[in-house]
Amino acid sequence: MVNENLVKDVVKEPYKYGFVTDIETEKIAKGLNEDIIRLISQKKEEPKFLLDFRLKAFKKWQKMKEPDWAGLGYKQIDYQDIIYYSAPKQKEKISSLDEVDPKLLETFDKLGIPLTEQKKLTNVAVDAVFDSVSIATTFREELAEHGVIFCSISEAVKNHSDLIEKYLGTVVPASDNYFAALNSAVFSDGSFVYIPKGVKCPMDLSSYFRINSGDSGQFERTLIIAEESSSVSYLEGCTAPMFDTNTLHAAVVELIALDDASIKYSTVQNWYAGDEEGIGGIFNFVTKRGKCLGKRSKISWSQVETGSAITWKYPSCLLLGEESIGEFYSVALTNNLQQADTGTKMIHIGPKTKSTIVSKGISAGNSINSYRGLVKIGTKATGSRNYSQCDSMLIGDQASANTFPYIKSQQPNSEIEHEASTCRISEDQLFYLQSRGIEFEEAVSMMVSGFCRDVFNQLPMEFAAEADKLLALKLEGSVG
Amino acid sequence: MQSKMKESGPILEVENLSASTENLPILKGVSLTVYPGEIHAIMGRNGCGKSTLSKIIAGHPSYNITNGDIKFLGENINSLEPEERAQSGIFLGFQYPIEIPGVSNLEFLRVSTNARRKFLNKEELDTFDFEELVKEKLEIVKMDHAFLSRSVNQGFSGGEKKRNEILQMALLEPKIAILDETDSGLDIDALRIVASGIKKISNAQTGIILITHYQRLLDEIKPNYVHVMSDGQIIKTGESDLALELEKKGYEWTDNFIKET
Repeated sequence: MVNENLVKDVVKEPYKYGFVTDIETEKIAKGLNEDIIRLISQKKEEPKFLLDFRLKAFKKWQKMKEPDWAGLGYKQIDYQDIIYYSAPKQKEKISSLDEVDPKLLETFDKLGIPLTEQKKLTNVAVDAVFDSVSIATTFREELAEHGVIFCSISEAVKNHSDLIEKYLGTVVPASDNYFAALNSAVFSDGSFVYIPKGVKCPMDLSSYFRINSGDSGQFERTLIIAEESSSVSYLEGCTAPMFDTNTLHAAVVELIALDDASIKYSTVQNWYAGDEEGIGGIFNFVTKRGKCLGKRSKISWSQVETGSAITWKYPSCLLLGEESIGEFYSVALTNNLQQADTGTKMIHIGPKTKSTIVSKGISAGNSINSYRGLVKIGTKATGSRNYSQCDSMLIGDQASANTFPYIKSQQPNSEIEHEASTCRISEDQLFYLQSRGIEFEEAVSMMVSGFCRDVFNQLPMEFAAEADKLLALKLEGSVG
Repeated sequence: MQSKMKESGPILEVENLSASTENLPILKGVSLTVYPGEIHAIMGRNGCGKSTLSKIIAGHPSYNITNGDIKFLGENINSLEPEERAQSGIFLGFQYPIEIPGVSNLEFLRVSTNARRKFLNKEELDTFDFEELVKEKLEIVKMDHAFLSRSVNQGFSGGEKKRNEILQMALLEPKIAILDETDSGLDIDALRIVASGIKKISNAQTGIILITHYQRLLDEIKPNYVHVMSDGQIIKTGESDLALELEKKGYEWTDNFIKET
């Protein structure tokens, strides 16, 4: 149960990650053209195949149109007014954490992600990404002993280019969608994970993404490969300072699971959401997809989405391998003028594939919260099954919740179940709990936690507690 | 130990209370005093203000007190939050107990009990100790342990909901319990269970206000006083035989009292 005082402290606090780190940065000129892409690639000393990948993506992007089917309301983005590469200035080659700018270490300290040897989290290896670059990755040697590669994607390009060339863009092709194409052209950093055959990753891996600069976009790229019979649990956290302008975040995440491998990917997304009038905040346009390539492989997405002015995100699973499993557990909370359009795609291609979708949307204030999901069962996916449950909770009388489930089955020998519900926290429910001595904030938080329980149960322990706190914080002043 | 003085003073004093909701006056000068060990019954037509009175005493935010005072153990509580009133020992048994999906009944009862215990400077109970306590209290209302793992009131039958209210009363050990039509919608067996539960929980230190339409609850729990409400006022107060007379003659009979006053 949520500690009463904790909730009280938390609800009083405004967005506590809103500070800016004053640090000298190296930024390139605003705008997007072939030269900019060549410059990014050159700065990162990339091999030719990657430059070609970027340029091809850019050509495709130029021919594409920004999607508008989600019906999100926002001012048109001027893609020429964005800085596509911004990195804190530091020494050319950093051999140890001692050489990292103390201001950066301090920043991550303040975010609760200590990186230094003495203070680092004990059971989680962290890759810390600041604007366009990865600052540090902890526990690398320990992981290397097990053959696990955990590093920034830039390093992986240099040291494991064979794996990058083999897998990059195979789950989310550059032409997949507008934002994925943009990311493929300009992505700067992100995390790379490789779990070798038969290895159960000895600790949770985690990436922490921090946007610091107000005028540069963040385009991170994450690639996780789990070889046969391996498993990994990966966590992702994100925050950004408060600016009155909107910052674009267009990430691509690709997961690949081979025979009997399993990947669990958890996100707590807390980008700055803008103020009560909807000024500022992050545009979070993200493409996340996993490919269950191998037999009996499993990919499980769990996400708690509380931040960003706009979220447009559909972590999906391509279920190719026979008897492979895809899961999606989501809590999306919107307040004030936030908009969230999130859900998943479960594409059943192989026979006897299974998928589960549990989505909980909570909308407060004047926000709009939509679940959008596709369940597709292909002609060869005999004996496949899907179960979907989409619940919405409305707080106050100005918020809205939508559910858009798309179901396409080309296989008569398959089962699809869909359940949906909408509820509201009413004054009567609050009064009932209060009239039993339960404080107002705790009453709200109890009801919201109760509503989200199915999803919270799927989160790693430390994330579940954080998620509970985060929801209480986000709901400040939204009821009554 | 509380002083003798306080023991003998009233638990609840409602003094000339007027209240409205959305500018519509509902209560028009209600006065009522409850001493320890007393059982009061409030009767009256639907819409006469009985339920409103109980909600206002519990602190429902939809009503504005326009005049008068509510005192609990001698202290004015007009501006206290509902949870503060509950923690200090005011209990409202709901006419229509509210369903709270996703929140387990056990956890709800535990958090609620601990809020009251904290106020009383008693140690808060962990899950295991609470299980012990609640087992004992379940006996009082003859409820099955399985009720605890369900969501609060969700999918409960009418009778189960009312028994869950009495279970809460048993756990919270209030100084005063206002039971709003706890008897409505109960069959005879359930009524007996609820009535005997109320009797077991109450003692010489507690006060009880029963809001009811029916004599059958008052057969089980004999009130010291019966008040008849009409149009936001208490128009007649008597002893338990007033309820019997009311049952015989109906509310039309009471309309004459208004003319008298």
